[in-house]
This record gives sequence, structure tokens and C-alpha cells, in this order.
Amino acid sequence: MTLQPHLIKRLWLAIKAPLDGPLMIILGLIFALSLVVLYSANNQGLDKIDNKLVYTLLSLTIMWLLARSRPQSIMNFAPPIYGIGVVLLLAVHFKGVTVNGSTRWLELGITRIQPSEIMKIALPMMLAWFFQKYELSMRWWHYLVAAVMIAIPCALVLKQPDLGTTMLIAASGFFVLFFVGLPWKVILGGMIAAGASMPVVWNMLHDYQRRRVMTMIDPMEDPLGAGYHIIQSMIAIGSGGPWGKGWLNGTQTHLDYIPERTTDFIFAVYSEEFGLVGNIVLVILYTLVLSRAMMITAGAQTLYGRAMAGAITLSFFVYAFVNMGMVAGILPVVGVPLPFVSYGGTATVTLFVGMGMLMSIGNARR
Amino acid sequence: MRPTRFKNPQAEDGQFQLRLIVAYVFMLLMFCLLIARFVWLQVYQYEHFSTLAQNNRISLLPILPNRGLIMDRNGVILAQNYSAYTLELVPSKMPDMNATIAELAKLVNITPRDEKLFKKLLGESKDFESIPLKVKLTEEEAARVAANAWRFPGVQVKARLFRDYPYKELTSHVLGYIGRINQKDQERLDDEDKSTNYKGTNYIGKTGLEAVYEDDLHGQVGFEEVETDSGGRAIRSLRRTPPVNGNNLKLALDIRLQEVADKLFGNRRGALVAIDPQTGGVLAFLSKPGFDPNLFIDGIDSQSWAALNNDWQKPMINRALRGTYPPGSTFKPFMAMAALETHSIGMHDVRPAPAFFTLPGSSHQFRDSNKNGNGSANLAKAIQVSSDTFFYKLAWDMGIDKIAPTVGQFGLGRPTGIDLDGEASGVLPTKEWKAKRFARYKEEFRRWYPADVVSIGIGQGFNSYTPLQMANGIATLANDGVAYKPHLVQEVVDARSGKSRLIAAKPDHVLPFKQENFEYVKAAMQSVLKPGGTAWRLGVGLPYTMAGKTGTAQVVAIKQGAKYNASALAEQYRDHSWFVAFAPVEKPRIAVAIIVENAGFGAAAAAPIARGLFDYYITGKVPGSISGDLKTVPMDTADDAAAASD
Repeated sequence: MTLQPHLIKRLWLAIKAPLDGPLMIILGLIFALSLVVLYSANNQGLDKIDNKLVYTLLSLTIMWLLARSRPQSIMNFAPPIYGIGVVLLLAVHFKGVTVNGSTRWLELGITRIQPSEIMKIALPMMLAWFFQKYELSMRWWHYLVAAVMIAIPCALVLKQPDLGTTMLIAASGFFVLFFVGLPWKVILGGMIAAGASMPVVWNMLHDYQRRRVMTMIDPMEDPLGAGYHIIQSMIAIGSGGPWGKGWLNGTQTHLDYIPERTTDFIFAVYSEEFGLVGNIVLVILYTLVLSRAMMITAGAQTLYGRAMAGAITLSFFVYAFVNMGMVAGILPVVGVPLPFVSYGGTATVTLFVGMGMLMSIGNARR
Repeated sequence: MRPTRFKNPQAEDGQFQLRLIVAYVFMLLMFCLLIARFVWLQVYQYEHFSTLAQNNRISLLPILPNRGLIMDRNGVILAQNYSAYTLELVPSKMPDMNATIAELAKLVNITPRDEKLFKKLLGESKDFESIPLKVKLTEEEAARVAANAWRFPGVQVKARLFRDYPYKELTSHVLGYIGRINQKDQERLDDEDKSTNYKGTNYIGKTGLEAVYEDDLHGQVGFEEVETDSGGRAIRSLRRTPPVNGNNLKLALDIRLQEVADKLFGNRRGALVAIDPQTGGVLAFLSKPGFDPNLFIDGIDSQSWAALNNDWQKPMINRALRGTYPPGSTFKPFMAMAALETHSIGMHDVRPAPAFFTLPGSSHQFRDSNKNGNGSANLAKAIQVSSDTFFYKLAWDMGIDKIAPTVGQFGLGRPTGIDLDGEASGVLPTKEWKAKRFARYKEEFRRWYPADVVSIGIGQGFNSYTPLQMANGIATLANDGVAYKPHLVQEVVDARSGKSRLIAAKPDHVLPFKQENFEYVKAAMQSVLKPGGTAWRLGVGLPYTMAGKTGTAQVVAIKQGAKYNASALAEQYRDHSWFVAFAPVEKPRIAVAIIVENAGFGAAAAAPIARGLFDYYITGKVPGSISGDLKTVPMDTADDAAAASD
């Protein structure tokens, strides 16, 4: 009888040990907030809440397992995971399932997977591993090899076509290069070159991608078609006002005006019901996640740790910024969910995997 | 291996920390930008967006374009729109659908067929879509439902345009029909980025010209921005972009001629294609039996569908476009062209035309259709009397390599490119074709035997063509090798400007054959209708010049030594009757290919149809046997009908 509380306490300590306290608290707050929004977005249905609890629990388990592993052991998996990722992307290219003109999924009998999602983690891992391995004999051509490692998955994902994910994967690769010390002049030169090549890229884009960009610039151009989502989500945000319409009172939300309102556009639902105040709270929560992640990155001991933690942090920022920016009408519509808030298992697993690796890197310095 | 940079841990650290700070500051700045955007939307623009969202919700209502009309060459309307009320339900807005339907049944007459169709559509549609329960309400029914509308949330009475094909069976295989947009259509529209243009549209061309010219006929959707109150009722219009109506189609087809052809066919099965050799315009295009395309517009009920599907006469098959038949002796004019062009025979060479033909070293008898044979003949006479043995020998001498290239240039054995979908290509036999066709079989089936060519010479064997190909081939022959792509639509008339776009106004290509050879074969075909020819009866009292060729296509092979006995064979196994013709011979205005299924000799069944058709087309005289039955409007009132439809 007296042993029981003791046992629970020991178990609690064992679970808690590898986890990062501050990060867990902030993520917990975001998670609570996401359940509140999802309940409203799903017209007060509990089915999606149930599902979300299940996949979040699963993701937490994976995160915990990663957090208690040594970064060194995780790092050693980088080449095989990257290799498998590329093979799966090739498989998508030849045998993938086509939905709405894009071939992104692989049918595995019981379920479908989206190999491009794996690459969001696998590519920075691979690059960080690579630079760690050649840390002491770094020459300029190592950057060229790294560029090829980035180009392969990007080309395959771009071919699907999935411009949004391509840019996210490319960005995660770039972040690693940034933190391992890609010279500033190369970075600046690259930016100028990218700016100069915009017209060329524009010509290579698919019609629907160009339309998305045009729609962002002037949504009223095509109000029944592509502009519809943006106009409706901007109305939702704007009509939320400073204080919001109140939980479950979003008219845009509950009259079916917001598309994809449990997934990519869930921010419009949140923003309509909780207003500017709610938005600022969410942005602060995200900033806290980033700040804590930055601290972990700053304390990382190895080149791998620094690069990987930095890439995870910046990628997280990109997801949050791109999603909110798209719903608020300042970025084109690309399929990026709002981190930890949008409904959807695959993206959540990816995010928690990143968090797990981050915690693992944080634990290594103690 | 010297590293480019000297490793300095302190400097490295400093470098890394600097980059971290740069990244952090960048992120904070971007978040500030985002907050600024929120402030702009939620504070400065709050009033604006609030108005949009709260009191006066703006909705965008699509305004449907009117689907283009289809008319014949004289402006007679073949496909039109009429306005009627429909009763539509939105399932997601209804508390109890079955109760609502039961209540509605007290106000309007809802038949079990209506209900069945509704259930079917319900299964295919999404919850928030408006699904018709009853189409074509009477004025009184519409008023009754409208007066009780408050009792039925999710129930609407809408005025809509309906498609109507007044000539039903007569035009079914030409016009096709429109039908409700289904899942597959929707996916295709999404892929082609056309779904915006189909907002609010429930119908799309499914087959025939309605499908091929869908983009022209549909037009461009317009939309109206309206303010609505909280109940969804429109208060006032803010902005309106009018729709652009679909373009009208003007066909080369003459509906009167089409009806004359139909009446001449009577109840027999088969197909008829008449082409203007000077333009490639299709004057008549008939596949018998047809079906009523109006049945398909709002989804066909299962009873009518089963009736059409199980009919042994297969009314849904477009025989003119997709039916492939051995051409029988109508192949001989093309054979003659091939023989002359390859110098396999001279124009005046006289050869035997006995009762049967045997290959060297074989006892197999290729019999002539005339059991006594025709003695001897030159090429022209062999066509006139349709001597099989003459052409057996000719084909045997030439071999397939001299036949197929020339015949192929007349368009036989490949799609003609007519403006209809699903055209069959038929078979122009060659050695390569046989090897490919029987690739999965043993070598002995794949190999080309010299004897294969013998029956091909009289249009049997592997030969297999559509009536459209035969008509097109004869038109090209009649026009001395100047070939047009056959087309049903003559012009597409722009709904706004009234300007026309002509279809295939120029010749497609010109066959590189000698004019004297064309003249020779055409004269031979003309002699078919003269005393001694197989269709001499047709030539009696002809007020203009006409050339033709009869044909009889075997459906089953007759055993060696046995005699073909029509009465002993079940109807489906009797020979098909073919006739190809054109007139006037000097300057052909019409060329035709006719097949009457299981009707026996070409001269008996198919040929008289051609005479009646030509009499009407060239002299305007309606054949006596059918004059009482014609329903189509007479020529002089057709223009008035076209004017009234604008």
C-alpha cells in the first residue's frame, strides 16, 4: 500500500527525465488551445478530438523515445533514412497515387504515406551528419556535395508537383548550411541570384501555381474560384476584430464559409473567434517555443547538434509563419498546416519527431 | 589535404552565436510583420470585414450561360432550351428528408419514378448540393410550393433551362445528349481547370456533338455579387458580370434529308452516311435503330435503361461511326483504282470471269455470286456485273502489298477524323496488321498466306470498315481524289458577335492518282445503274446521272458445295446489304454509303434507299412511298423557326 505512491513517483520521474520542462509546458498550452479551436471548427463534434488525442499520444511516445536517445545514435541513422526517403520518392514518381493532378502518395495496402514528409527531417539529418563527418577536413566542394543532397529530393518533390513542400524541404537543407558556416557572401550572392531568376522560375511554374500567386496579389480577380478561400478567410480574420466573436460564435466558421477549416485554414477559425488578442497570444506561444529551441541550439556541443537543432527551430518557424501568412493573405496558398494546431496525423508526427531530436540534443550537454 | 580554413574553436563559436542571433532577430521581425498584418485586418479594416461577415453577408451567385443551340444547315433547330420550374432539395438543410418529401407530395404530383431518380442522384451528390426532386413543375404546382416555402427549409423552386431534342431518335447518334455532371466529369473539369466555369451548372455534354463541342456550347458563366440577410435571402445586387452564352452550332446536316433516309429505312437496322464531296460536310448520318436522347438528360430510369440495353437490335450503338463490316463488292471500285494505279491491269484488258476460281495446286473453289459466271470481262465490266472471279484473280495477281497502300489513301481502315468521339478504325488488312493482330497466336496464324488476298479482293476476308469510312472513301473517289475531313458541324456561330468559325473549309489532302483512272472507275460505277449492271433497276427513269456499286457482305461462311439460302438462316446470320453511290456524276453533290443489316443483296435493300435519297436531295421530290409521313418542317418555314429562336 505504501509502495504504490512511491512507484508512481518513480515512474513519473522516469518519464519526465528526458523531457525538456519549459518546452513541454509551452507545447501543452498550445495543445490545449488547439483542442478548443478544433472543437469549434469541427462544429462541436468530438470525433476529431478523439483522433487528435490518439495521434498526439502516439507522437509523444515517439518524441520521448527520441529524447532519451543520444544525438550520436540518432545521427547514425541519417544515411539510411535519407536513402530510404529518396527511394520512396522515386517509388512515388513511378507508382504513386495521383490526386487532383499531383502524385504525392504511396499506397501501402492499409495506409497511404507521403514520403515528402519524411524528407523534411531526413534531409537536415543527412546534411548535419555529412558536415559532422567532414568537420575537420571541410573544403569548398563539400558544399557542392551538400547542394546535390538537397537538389535530389527537391527535384523529386517538385516533379509531383508540390511546390510548397519543395520549398520547405529546400529551406530545411539551407538552414543546416547556414549553421555549419556557409560564407555570408555566398548567402548574399545566392539571394541576389534567386531574385534575378524569378522570371525564369515563373515560366516553369504550373498554371495552378501561378494562379495561386496571382490570387494572393488580387483575390478579387477570381472570386468564385481560387480567390474564394483567401477572401473568406480574410473576412473571418478581419471580422474577428480586436477581441474576437467568442468561442463557438464565429459566423464565417459555422456557416461553412471557411474551407479546410480543421486543417490548413484552422487559424482563420481561431482568429475569428479569439480576435487580435488571441492571435498575439498564439504568436507569443510560438515565439516562446522558438526561444527555448534557440537556447537548446546555442548550448549544443557538436556541429551535428548545432546544425540539426538550428534547422529544426527555423523549420518550425517557417511552418508557423507560412501558415498564418497564407491564411492572412500575405503569402500564396501552399499546403502547410499550422504547427501543433491543425488536424492531421502525419504533420504532427513530423513535428514531434523534430521536438524529440531537439530535446535529445539539449540533454547531451548536461 | 589541407583544410581551406584554419580551425579555430573560439572563432567558430563566435561565428555560430552570431548566426543564431541573426536568425532569432529575423524570426522576431517576421512575427512582428504578421502581427502588423493582423492589426491591419482586425483593427483598421474591422468595420469593413465585419460588415461583410455579420449583417450583410455577401454571396456570389453564378449566372448560368444559355447553352448554344444546334441547328441543321437550313437553320432548323435540333437541340434547344426551354424554361421550366424545378423543385429542388438541399439535403444538408433539411431536418427530416423523408417527412419533407411526403409533405411535398401533397402539393405536387411526385411519381415513384421521380422519387427513384432522386434517390439515385442523392447517392451521387454531396449533401449541400441542390438536387432536383421533380422537374418541369406546372405553374400551379410552382405557386403552391412557393406559398408554402416557409414550412420547408432546404426546399427551393427554381426556374431553369432544359435541353430538348425535338427530333429524338432521328438525331440521337449525331447530337448525343447532355446529362448531369457526375464524379468523373467533375474530376476531369478539375484537372482541366474548368470547374469555376461550371459553378451552378448541372449538365455537361456526354456523347455526340454535345460532348465534342462542349466548350463552345457551354459558354462562360457570369456571376452576381449580392448582399444577403441572415436568412440567406438576397437584398440587393452589388456587382454583376453577365454570362456569355454558348456558341450555336450550324450543321452541314439536312434534317429533311435525314428524315427521308430514316423513313426509307423503315424498321430495318443499319446505317447511312451521306457526304457532300465538295466540302466534306455530312448531309445525313443515320444509325438505325436510334433512341430518345431526352431520356438521358436528367438521368435515365432503370426501366428505360434496361429496355435499351437488352434490346437485341442494340439501339445505343452508333453503327455509322463504330460498326465495322466487311464492305463486300462495294470494295471493288477501290480495288480497281489500286489495280490501275499500280499498272496491274490495263483499262481494256479482257480476262476470264468464270463461275469459280481455284488457286494453283488447290481444290478450294472461290465461287462467283453468279453461279454461271460472266464469261469474260474488262475491268469496267467486272465492276458493272460485279464479277467475283475476275477480282479474285486480280487480287491474287496483285498481292496485298499493291492493294493496301492505294486503298488506304481513300481513308479506309483508319478513323476519318469526323467531329464525333469514339470512331472505330476498322481494318485494312496488311501483312503487318495480321502479324500484330494474331501476335499471341501460333506462327501459322500470324503468317500472311498468299491466299489471304483472294477474298480481300471482293471485300471479304479481313476487310472491315465503318459506313462512315465507306462514305468518305466514295466521296473522295467522286471528287477525283480531293479529300476533305468529314464534319457534321459546318460552322460555330459566336453568341456575341454572330461571327462564324468554319469547320474544315479547305481540302484535307489530294490523292496523287491519275485523273483518267478516276474517270474510268467512275464511268464503270455509272454503268452499274445501266442495263446489264447489278443495279440497273435503279437507273430506270433517272432524271440526273448517278454512279454506284452494290455489295453483299457475308455474315457467315457458306460451306464448300453448299448454297446460300437466306430463308434457312436465322435473321442475324443473313448477309448485309451494301450500296455506295454518288450523283450527279459530272459534278458530285452527294455521296452515300448505306448498309442494311441482314437484308441480303445490295441491289435489293440498300440501293433503293440511295435512289430515294438522291431523288429528294437533287430534285426535291419526296419519294412517293413515304411522302405522307414526314414530320420535319418544310424548307420555307425553317428560316422563320431559326429567327424565332434567337
